[in-house]
Amino acid sequence: MSTVVRPVWAGKPQPVVLLLKALAILVALTVVLFPFLMVISTSLSSAADVTAAGGYVLWPRSVTFEAYEQILSGGLVTRAILVTAAVTAVGTTISVASTVLAAWALSRPSFFQRPVLMFVLLTFLFSPGMIPLYLMVKQLGLLDSLWSLILPSAFSVFNMIVVRGFMMGIPQELVDSAKIDGAGELRILLRIILPLSRAVIAVVALFYAVGYWNSFFNAMLYIDDTSKWTLQLVLRTYVLQGSSLVEASTDSVTPPAQSIQMAVVMIAIIPILCAYPLVQRHLTKGVLTGAVKG
Amino acid sequence: MTVRTPTRPPGTGVLRRAAARRDTGAAIPRRTVPWAQRLRRDYPLALMVAPAVILLLLFVYVPLLGNVIAFMDYQPYIPILQSPWAGLSNFTALFTDAAFWAAVVNTLEITAIQLVLFFPVPIALALLIHSLVWPWLRAVVQSVLYLPHFLSWVIVVGFFQQSLGSAGIINRWLRELDIHTINILAEPSTFKLLLSAQVIWKDAGWGTIIFLAALAAIDDSLYEAAAIDGAGAWGRFWHVTLPGIRPIIVLLLILRLGDALSVGFEQIILQRSAVGPGAAEVLDTYVYYHGVIDGNWSTGIAAGLIKGLVGLVLILAANKAAHMLGEQGVYAKS
Repeated sequence: MSTVVRPVWAGKPQPVVLLLKALAILVALTVVLFPFLMVISTSLSSAADVTAAGGYVLWPRSVTFEAYEQILSGGLVTRAILVTAAVTAVGTTISVASTVLAAWALSRPSFFQRPVLMFVLLTFLFSPGMIPLYLMVKQLGLLDSLWSLILPSAFSVFNMIVVRGFMMGIPQELVDSAKIDGAGELRILLRIILPLSRAVIAVVALFYAVGYWNSFFNAMLYIDDTSKWTLQLVLRTYVLQGSSLVEASTDSVTPPAQSIQMAVVMIAIIPILCAYPLVQRHLTKGVLTGAVKG
Repeated sequence: MTVRTPTRPPGTGVLRRAAARRDTGAAIPRRTVPWAQRLRRDYPLALMVAPAVILLLLFVYVPLLGNVIAFMDYQPYIPILQSPWAGLSNFTALFTDAAFWAAVVNTLEITAIQLVLFFPVPIALALLIHSLVWPWLRAVVQSVLYLPHFLSWVIVVGFFQQSLGSAGIINRWLRELDIHTINILAEPSTFKLLLSAQVIWKDAGWGTIIFLAALAAIDDSLYEAAAIDGAGAWGRFWHVTLPGIRPIIVLLLILRLGDALSVGFEQIILQRSAVGPGAAEVLDTYVYYHGVIDGNWSTGIAAGLIKGLVGLVLILAANKAAHMLGEQGVYAKS
């Protein structure tokens, strides 16, 4: 390729090294992508095809959406999808709002800036522990309520530090000129700071949304009622526990609903696959702002 | 809108103080603003930070006080404050419980194994990605390798089960070839290696971000100068690349050591039933099964409290060690 810029001092790489590097990259990509391929293919195959192939399909012989139709036509999985989507949407909104507001308030000089910042940062050093948190959630009457999946983890100090670090880098003159024009703190935040911080807020929103969508233990601890089960709990019960993991014999018959199980896995992955490309180019920036300036 | 004319141009206070300091060499005390005026000035900011403070109070600080239950004989359905005090009996019960010590040993073993097996992988991957000259290839590799980080543990464990489980794809091939099949997922003796493999699959790619940034920050002229001085590829790596990323390596090592008692709670609890508690019981799962499931609330909290305190000591000690080694550490020396 002609556009390659290789520094002169690096010299020409040896063919052996090039070959090894290519091999390493190929292995890494295959190891990551192989399970995705297997799950997608199996979920798109008919039950007969899956059985004929011995349980797993690497490339579907014929594509059918039977499995998806079955799980989306009501019942436990459909319900779990709706519950998880609602928790993710409401939770992410609350989290991003509280994080951005706190980040802005703590990046401005005020009489409480130092003590409150201390109060917030100290939580890095200790966590309250599982049982005290459980008892607190119980005291607040949130057990078996979807709020228990949102409020305890709604505010992440790390994400606040990331956003605050970015906001501290915005030139002070912008804020000053808005102040002179008579804008209050909230208006400055909404009109000037937010549009400038869109990238870092997108990354933080992705972190929060993925956290809510993927969280599993919170639901296991706080939720009993199966009608409030989240997708991850359903996945655990029907995919992990319902198949080979608990089977003793090694040459057991493959579970007939293999393609349905894989379809549930796909449903849990698809939203992440959709959101990922949107923020992917900002990821490095978001992670590093926090790491460097925090 | 009324335009308020400032009585003084903004910023002169600071300038005046600075000028005064220059003239006399003595610090002039800061201008004191009455409390009422400060409150009137800053209340919009206070309202903005309020939701975060309330959330942290409710779900970090107040539960933290709940740790006093470790010194009580707590039973559910009796209010916490009416529970009888139990002194240190919960701790003695804990220290005489063999299951607790087994959990401690398992936790430390898993940390040690992951330190050896997982920790170097992101560094190696970052060096590999950094050495790619085609930008498009680099972008593709990065996008693919970051992706698993965003999957839940339920899905990652599911993936491993589909590939390596007894009915999984690898064993199907082995069976077709008439070779003895293995069920790695239910094998207690290799469970800790399996955990490391899963962590590598999920997070090794994601871990490269910070090393890639450190590699990109190394000045190219250093490589050039080293090459002119006759350093080969290995010499440049040893004398330029490695010193360039050493602070980050030390920092992440400290963070990991400070977190030594937390080892992938969700990951382990998902697989505990498959391999049994003998191999898979760690401190966090002990707190959950012994405390929440079996109802030993007070000893469970005692175990959690010990974990928290040891963790606090570890992170402070690791940070101190970093300062002594001349590295920056997690927070600046003050």
